[in-house]
Amino acid sequence: MALLSVEDLTVTFSRRGRRPVHAVDGVTFSVEAGATVGLVGESGCGKSVTSLAIMGLLPRRGADVGGAVRFDGDDLLQLSPNAMRELRGREIAMVFQDPQTSLNPVLTVGRQITEVLERHRDMRGRDADREAASLLDRVGIPDPNRRLKDYPHQMSGGMRQRALIAMALACKPRLLIADEPTTALDVTIQAQILELLKELVVDSGTALVMITHDLGVVAGLCDTVHVMYSGRIVESSDRRSLFAEPRHPYTTGLLASVPRLDSPRGVPLRPIPGSPRDLLPWAQGCAFAPRCTRRVDQCTAVAPDLLPDPVTGHALRCYNPWPPGGEAVAVPAPIVAEPIVAKPAVRRARKKP
Amino acid sequence: MLKFVVRRLLLLVPILVGLSILVFAWVRALPGGPEAALLGERATPERIAAVRHEYGLDKPVYQQYVTYVGHVVTGDFGQSIKTTRPVLGDIKVKFPATIELALAALIFALVLGIPLGFIAARRYQTWADSSTIVGSLLGISIPVFFLAYLLKYVFAVKLHWLPSTGRLDPTIDIPHPTGFYVLDAIIAGDWHTFVDALRHLILPGIALGTIPLAIVTRITRAAVLEVSNEDYVRTAEAKGLRRRTVDERHILRNAMLPVATVVGLQTGLLLSGAVLTEIVFAWPGMGSWLYDATFNRDFPVLEGGILFLAVVFVMVNLLVDVSYGVLDPRIRLQGK
Repeated sequence: MALLSVEDLTVTFSRRGRRPVHAVDGVTFSVEAGATVGLVGESGCGKSVTSLAIMGLLPRRGADVGGAVRFDGDDLLQLSPNAMRELRGREIAMVFQDPQTSLNPVLTVGRQITEVLERHRDMRGRDADREAASLLDRVGIPDPNRRLKDYPHQMSGGMRQRALIAMALACKPRLLIADEPTTALDVTIQAQILELLKELVVDSGTALVMITHDLGVVAGLCDTVHVMYSGRIVESSDRRSLFAEPRHPYTTGLLASVPRLDSPRGVPLRPIPGSPRDLLPWAQGCAFAPRCTRRVDQCTAVAPDLLPDPVTGHALRCYNPWPPGGEAVAVPAPIVAEPIVAKPAVRRARKKP
Repeated sequence: MLKFVVRRLLLLVPILVGLSILVFAWVRALPGGPEAALLGERATPERIAAVRHEYGLDKPVYQQYVTYVGHVVTGDFGQSIKTTRPVLGDIKVKFPATIELALAALIFALVLGIPLGFIAARRYQTWADSSTIVGSLLGISIPVFFLAYLLKYVFAVKLHWLPSTGRLDPTIDIPHPTGFYVLDAIIAGDWHTFVDALRHLILPGIALGTIPLAIVTRITRAAVLEVSNEDYVRTAEAKGLRRRTVDERHILRNAMLPVATVVGLQTGLLLSGAVLTEIVFAWPGMGSWLYDATFNRDFPVLEGGILFLAVVFVMVNLLVDVSYGVLDPRIRLQGK
């Protein structure tokens, strides 16, 4: 049995006097214990809302959550708020996007770690302090005993994200959800943080759901990748196959729009035209159709279902996918990865005058 | 921090010099003088001239000022023209009364205002929220003297629940080492007096505290609403902390910053602006003292009293600024 299985999850935001917004519209995926799963898509595709729904962190008013989120067999959506509080931080933890704003400015970093230990591991006083210091040490913060007494504003962005990761991992959770954990950081720090996450996840056997818009993050980290568009999964596959044979026009579009060091100068980036729509996107055919280069008549009539692709075995939601191995799409350089891929790219870029 | 406090205290010097000139000029610009209050309407010009000479009022104003400053620097604020009691001695009696009342009002405002504001924010856009807003609007709009008379009429005159004037039952006689009657009663170990002093504080405290209560409620509500949407509150929730921990440690603690600002400003106003409440409830504090002094053209009292209140006002604001540092480490650790 999978550790986490999200079944037909729907999240609808409704406000009086406004049309309801289907932020997540029937998302199904599962995460095996210790596995790393990527949820990829551009802003507004519903990936963050999916993660908040799993955590039970959506506002009770105005957000209507349907489907099931089974964790270890229990449906988290049916748990009482208090039962969910017991689980959060202990079994399932989360790291958020912006370390600048995700830490309480008036509490020391140490206090913000020890409060988790107090809550879930019944540690107090010295014991909690010692454990907090060792957690900071584990996430690579030098001089942890001194850093415990620091306030968030005394730390750099990268260090804060490390501290947030330390908090998330304080109770050795079985599942860690990372929502764009590197987006707000410098590129060099991004790589460090991803490396750290990868290392910690491998060491502790924690399953990781990595939510990102950056295929470079996925390329170096995830076993399985789900590409989301407008609240639905449009293509799912294991990582290698997805990069080798992307089928959905949105997936190829995402891949093609990643800037690369080794592409010749002067070649313009190829963005996906248009932007995601939010008004009943799947009711009148495929939500991606207005932006799609391979649109056929059927696309605007009935929305396609997510079906196994007979050629590659991907799960695919498309009537007219790219032929496998058709248009060559460059694999983005993984941010964390085998250096064999990254190094020649850098050298080639340098040769250009 | 120490440097900051010292710098602020040094700022007091120009403030006091400027203010003393202003007050000095102002009280002398008032029509009539202390002689009219002392001698009545039918005094002869000779009597008036004699009195004016006695108090040095016949000299040019700048000379009077120089003499006054000379005395004040040595700690001599002069004596009341009307009562002949030393001004400083009167301040020592009146000021604790005003502080006691201001504290009662402030406690009333905070103890009620913070929870009310918090609940309103939690029940955002429900009837509880709306009625809190309407209530606070009423609280701000109602004139203090009207509310004071209303409270006095209902609870003292009609219902006889609470005393209507003064600080203590006139039959009670205990020593007053501090001038704070509640504290004095505790020191004397006199339970009956303690209760009586508290009972005397209730109505004027409510009358004076209603406007700050309304303001504190609104500010708390707004601050809690804002802080609740902060990322770090979501982080706290994601850690699975108990709801109470999230509320107190993460939301309220941060929401208190703007509240502290308002409380500081209000405290200054409470200390100096209690005049109406003190008059209605015959509260023997700075407010009614200065009110009487104004009518009597009691120059030394006005000058001494106003200067003293200015010092207090500056000190309270300094205290508020220091409290920011206590509440917010980003301010405390600036430059470190």
